[in-house]
Amino acid sequence: MADDTGDEQSDDQAGDEAREALAAELSELLGDAVVESHVEAGQNLWLRIDIEQWHAAMAALRDAGFAYFGFLSAIDWTDAPEGRYEDTEFDAAGVGEDDDASSATAEETVRRGGGETRFQLLAQLHSPARHAAVLIKADVPPADGAPASVPSIIDVFAGADWHEREAHEMFGLVFDGHPNLEHIYLPTEFEGHPLRKDFPLLARAVKPWPGVVDIEEIPPELEAQLEAEVMAEFEASGAGA
Amino acid sequence: MSAAADLTGALGLAYWAETAIKLGVALIVIPTAALMLGYLFLLKMMAFMQSRLGPTDVGPHGSLQLIADAVKFLQKEDIHPAAADRRVFRAAPVVVLASSFLLFVVLPTGPDAVVENLDTGIFYAMAVSSLSVLGVLMAGWASANKYALLGGLRAAGQLIAYELPLILAVMGVVIQADSLNLQEIVRAQAEGEIFGFGLIGNPFILTQFIGFLIFMIAAQAELTQTPFDMPVAETELVGGFHVEYTGFRFLLFFMAEVATAFAFSALATVMFLGGWWIPGFDFNAPILNVLGPVVMLAKILLVAFVIFWIRFTYPRLREDQLQKFAWKVLIPLSLANIVVTGIFKVVL
Amino acid sequence: MSPPPTASALREQQAYVAAQAADARVNVELDTGDMTLNIGPQHPATHGTLRIACQLDGEQVISAEPLMGYMHRGYEKLCEVRTYPQCTTLINRIDWLGSFANEVPFILAAEQLMGVEAPPRAQWIRTILFELSRIANVSLFLGDMGVQVGALTPVFFAFRDRERVLNQIEEVTGGRFHPNFDRIGGLKDDIPRGWIAETHAVMAKMRGFCDEMEDLLMGNEIFQTRCRSVGVIPGDVALSYGLSGANLRASGVDWDLRRDANPGLAWDQVDWRVWTHPDGDSFARYWVRLQETREATKIVDQLLDGIPSGPIMAKVPRIIKVPAGEAYVSTENPLGEMGYYVVSKGGLGPFRVKIRTPSFSNISVVPWVMRGTYVPDIITILGSLYFILGDIDR
Repeated sequence: MADDTGDEQSDDQAGDEAREALAAELSELLGDAVVESHVEAGQNLWLRIDIEQWHAAMAALRDAGFAYFGFLSAIDWTDAPEGRYEDTEFDAAGVGEDDDASSATAEETVRRGGGETRFQLLAQLHSPARHAAVLIKADVPPADGAPASVPSIIDVFAGADWHEREAHEMFGLVFDGHPNLEHIYLPTEFEGHPLRKDFPLLARAVKPWPGVVDIEEIPPELEAQLEAEVMAEFEASGAGA
Repeated sequence: MSAAADLTGALGLAYWAETAIKLGVALIVIPTAALMLGYLFLLKMMAFMQSRLGPTDVGPHGSLQLIADAVKFLQKEDIHPAAADRRVFRAAPVVVLASSFLLFVVLPTGPDAVVENLDTGIFYAMAVSSLSVLGVLMAGWASANKYALLGGLRAAGQLIAYELPLILAVMGVVIQADSLNLQEIVRAQAEGEIFGFGLIGNPFILTQFIGFLIFMIAAQAELTQTPFDMPVAETELVGGFHVEYTGFRFLLFFMAEVATAFAFSALATVMFLGGWWIPGFDFNAPILNVLGPVVMLAKILLVAFVIFWIRFTYPRLREDQLQKFAWKVLIPLSLANIVVTGIFKVVL
Repeated sequence: MSPPPTASALREQQAYVAAQAADARVNVELDTGDMTLNIGPQHPATHGTLRIACQLDGEQVISAEPLMGYMHRGYEKLCEVRTYPQCTTLINRIDWLGSFANEVPFILAAEQLMGVEAPPRAQWIRTILFELSRIANVSLFLGDMGVQVGALTPVFFAFRDRERVLNQIEEVTGGRFHPNFDRIGGLKDDIPRGWIAETHAVMAKMRGFCDEMEDLLMGNEIFQTRCRSVGVIPGDVALSYGLSGANLRASGVDWDLRRDANPGLAWDQVDWRVWTHPDGDSFARYWVRLQETREATKIVDQLLDGIPSGPIMAKVPRIIKVPAGEAYVSTENPLGEMGYYVVSKGGLGPFRVKIRTPSFSNISVVPWVMRGTYVPDIITILGSLYFILGDIDR
């Protein structure tokens, strides 16, 4: 549906070629630290780094000009036990076909740069000189019971300090070498790690998720009819294409 | 020395009646002065300069707003922090207000219209005006609040930095007028002449212009007005020494602040702008007891306007920058001013 | 209009450091005690509920540690249980002074995932509204910095003139602070009739406001004394702390996402420049923001003249379902780089949203930059770093 003009396409292509080249260059630079790289056309470049070499790879990237620290966070890839679509009839009916595919196969298509672990570290670095950015991921090895532990990079990027504290309190990751791994947003005595998918969102448990109220009103037949009307009107007005 | 007889003495009143009238006048003048300046400058002029409306509802053009505010303050509970030193905490605003009360005692507004015509008037005024810092320090210490303490300490640290130039600036006037008596300073300006031209007398702002500038800058600091309001510093110390005060004790601080601004404007008027004297009148003409206060008031408002104008325009200096400014610029300048004045005094 | 020379600033800075070292020696010899001062959570200089725990020696800061979370609203978690259009309602409230600019990167990320691109007219109007929120946001800073250093008047001028910009935003979006106007695939509505001429007039007024601030505040001796050589952040430190926006450019790093990583908005269609300042002190940050506000008014003026005709919505289904994937889009918001990392597993709402807010990274430099300064400088530096609390706490 994109209204691409020729220029934009060639821009995008040039950008993608640059990203491919950058991916190749960085893979060479980092050697076997890079597990996988992924370029999404017209969007971004992802590198998946071996967690053992996380610190060294970050230092190498910084020295290679990627000196601007964007952010550091994590992703929890498990489906929430309380789910987001299972609670209501609408959810079950409306989104079923998307979610029918088992989560394992779905995830392979979802995850940029691959990986299977539950937690993935996520960071972004910019290179002001090269006007380029790279998104960096690392699989956090599963650790039964004990909090998963990953190397800290605050001696590479001083700004990672707070980001690591946030990832620690939100996901329960332990950053080895961080001198002050305390809660940053939450009260000191807070228990649990809110951004983990198994952390119950009370508001969600008490009442159905907010989307229901808005969308449930329109019956499916009417919805289809409305959409057809809008689209017809839209095309009649000379828009689109 | 004291040529002008007391107003009350001239009317032949008994001592107690005289004292009662003076007390009554003082009790009326000070709150009125504070209200007037507060309304005119703090509310209306500030609002005008900041493209706001200011108060509009209470009284004509909102002129009774401050009275409404005062009533509001009086209704409030008298709170003090649990850890505060209560006696000192309560005494502090009184000390500050007393300092500005005492200032009003020596201000002459006519040949006879003066509460007490002291021979050492200017010396006395400088002395009692520094008293207010004592009150500020008491407030800062007794509040048991770190912000208040920092504010109090800043006030104390600031004291020397501006008190010295203030007094040195006054020295030039004293040398030129040959007297510490404020009435005599007015007379010296009324009867003086500049190079033989005596129609408007010799308002010392012309001959002591540098002294006037230094006096005004130092007064700005004395009054803790921007750019020297570090002891208060709303955005840093959230009010500094009076952060813990509410209700009528805060009102006392507020009144003292504005009344002192009034008193200092009056001092500047007396010392530099010719005081209450009107050109063309005999210095002792009784009518000046009526016209003098009006002329004084006009001049005071003019000076106060400048004080508040600067307050609304400038940012605040840092404490160390004030010290640097005072010691490296103001004090050498005022010393030079005294030397030059002395030389002229001897030569002329 | 060129940046002032740096040599004198550097000398001043060296003298300042030397003086502080001398002070520190005196303090060691006298063995004065430390005092802990809590600035905030309720303090006028923290624009909300930031708390800074300072160790003081007299008025000198030994250490300063920002403690936040008093307004943490958990937007990242809340976004996980909302549909994409609902998320923008939350996202509006992150940087509440430049709300429209918050919506844009999120919508762009969702569009990337869907493979939708908004029509050119929508992109231009987005860019205009984006720059208008920048002007509304930064003009408040230009006045507020005066309050931080003790001048009360400029902020009222800022509120007065910001109102004009907010009126323009309101005329288009219907909301002054929380427009919630951006849609996946375009915009909710077109601009109203007569709006372009009005906005031109407002832009002229805002340039007047910038001149006024330059005269009243930036040119003021006392303001310069208070801000120059205070809170110096060198470029490499700024990069490693992830400072962005004007804070980074004031440290001499020539980096602006509008120019360097334009995600498809109309910035590349107009003529403008990125301002940098080599000093890295509080004054430089003020200076850069002032120039940027001027520049933004010029961008808006040019964009207004060239809005292409056409639809304002691409063809998108009424119920937004986003295919599985991940996307990260960041834009140069009024405060700095704001980015959204959106993970979708398909369906109505995002699976995970990581919100990269500029103020969070900008404030993380505080412990580094505050050491050795004085209490009044804390306020100057905090003011010049310019944060919005909602943007730190999310």
